Amino acid sequence: MTDQTQPAPKARSPLAETAEMFLKNHAAVVASIVLIAIIIAAIIGPPLYADDPFEMVWAPFSPPGEEGFILGTDYLGRDMLSMILSGARVSLAIGVTAAFVSVFIGITIGALAGFYRGWVEEVLMRFTEFFQVLPTLLFSMVIVALFGASLVTVTVAIGVVSWTAVARITRAEFLRIRELEYVMASRAAGAGNMKLMFAVILPNALPPIIVQAALMVGTAILFEAGLAFLGLTDPNVISWGQIIGSNREAILSEPFAVTIPGVAIFITVLAISLVGDGLNDALNPKLRAR
Amino acid sequence: MALLEVQNLRVELKTREGIFPVIDDLSFSLEEGQNLALVGESGCGKSMTALALMGLVPHPVGRIAGGSIKFNGEDLVAASDARMRAIRGNDISMIFQEPMTSLNPVYTTGEQIAEVLRRHQGLGRKAAWENSVELLDAVGIPTPRQRAEVYPHQMSGGQRQRVMIAMALACRPKILIADEPTTALDVTVQAQIFDLLRDLEREFGTALILITHDMGAVVEMADRMIVMYAGRKAEEGPVDAVINTPLHPYTKGLIACVPHLMDTITEDRPELFEIPGIVPPLSRFGEDACLFRDRSDQCTQKCYECRPAEVKIGEQIVACWGAE
Repeated sequence: MTDQTQPAPKARSPLAETAEMFLKNHAAVVASIVLIAIIIAAIIGPPLYADDPFEMVWAPFSPPGEEGFILGTDYLGRDMLSMILSGARVSLAIGVTAAFVSVFIGITIGALAGFYRGWVEEVLMRFTEFFQVLPTLLFSMVIVALFGASLVTVTVAIGVVSWTAVARITRAEFLRIRELEYVMASRAAGAGNMKLMFAVILPNALPPIIVQAALMVGTAILFEAGLAFLGLTDPNVISWGQIIGSNREAILSEPFAVTIPGVAIFITVLAISLVGDGLNDALNPKLRAR
Repeated sequence: MALLEVQNLRVELKTREGIFPVIDDLSFSLEEGQNLALVGESGCGKSMTALALMGLVPHPVGRIAGGSIKFNGEDLVAASDARMRAIRGNDISMIFQEPMTSLNPVYTTGEQIAEVLRRHQGLGRKAAWENSVELLDAVGIPTPRQRAEVYPHQMSGGQRQRVMIAMALACRPKILIADEPTTALDVTVQAQIFDLLRDLEREFGTALILITHDMGAVVEMADRMIVMYAGRKAEEGPVDAVINTPLHPYTKGLIACVPHLMDTITEDRPELFEIPGIVPPLSRFGEDACLFRDRSDQCTQKCYECRPAEVKIGEQIVACWGAE
């Protein structure tokens, strides 16, 4: 509590406070450094590293280190390092875009349900539950099978099956926040429903949604790997899951060919989860010291 | 024509047991620049009256079932949503009881005041910001330019209530509704806020509707007062008349409840007065009888049979069979 006569404290935005809290979480800081390294490798790796990932450059299944191929070659004799680097682009892009799609759908449905209540909420929540009980992998396989295996369909398929969690979180936050006094105060100052939903309530509901979105990027990467392993992916691009899938015949004889992309997925998803965890701690007002 | 004229207002709440009137046949009027106090215990319909005036009766639990609210001759009960949004915060604005939770934590104070100005006055971003700094200065916030960039949680309760007042008065409204504006504040700060409200409301020519259960605040701030009980008007009149010669037993009780600081502490210091009993449950609101009868020591058979009519005695209006 500040005193009337005390000089004005320096304005610290919620953003600055969050950053400070995040930096206190060492695992999350290390994870975000790893994640940034992966993103940089995905961006500058393919143009810097000369080999074309689709070109057969050497004998199939040469182990890592041999003949200058740091990560060896796959079943067709393609350079594994080059494939991992360009696969990183695809996996990250799909992860982020799918998370974005599901957050967009989830926030829209959750916000409408939580704000309007009544029959709107009933209809939207039954709709959400319908999507929740669908077997997600099967449903996304159907979508990809129906609309063809392209990057866009795969991304949309993942987004469409994973928005339910965001919708439920958004609705819960809206139900809590809509009863708070500042919402009534904004209404009393003449704010309309759209304004209340998206400019007053949503910014206050964002923290758990951001955390969920961060975690969803990791899940989406895993999901894409699963689909690609089953062959449901764009054959014109290389993704980590696809590398595992195409080398699965040799899973016992040449384990490195599936281990390397597996480790890439593992490290990336772990890093994303830890960052999401760090965000959770930083954004959760209950854990924040004021 | 009065600035605000409320006639036979009836607001109903839907509960599990049925539909009951939280405001039952309430009429009053407010002249331009006049200060009116609404007094009564919790649950007497004071805040609901305020919400009804703002068109903010909680939907779908509550609804305005009858009567009219005429603001400058325009009936607000019949007004469209868009029209009400244009009126709220512009012609009629409101400050709330809890300054700690009435400001949005994710925006700076300056942004929140500027937002109201941009919405209602159509000001540009920069003009609205300059204007909100001036308003912060007007409500007595030191170093307003820096303070405009501060988030609500970095301010004290008193300062936040000042920000709320700045926000409510930003568009120079005709009516300001203050719903227990000082209940959550320290006594010293309460006095400052009342001083500020009085100064501003004189400067801007705003009429004030003060909702409170603090008799001291009523005497300080208001010209007229309405004592509400169980959704009905118990007594109305000029503040000094009602305080000096209360006609309704409930008003007498409320005034007697105020502790006297000046009494010396002695062995035989009288115990604080209290009104026996409690406000009847919502399910009894709307009965055709006096709802205060169980708590009054002067009730007669008539109090059980018929709702007391409002009669004018001198300058006061009172609804009690026992009043003469």
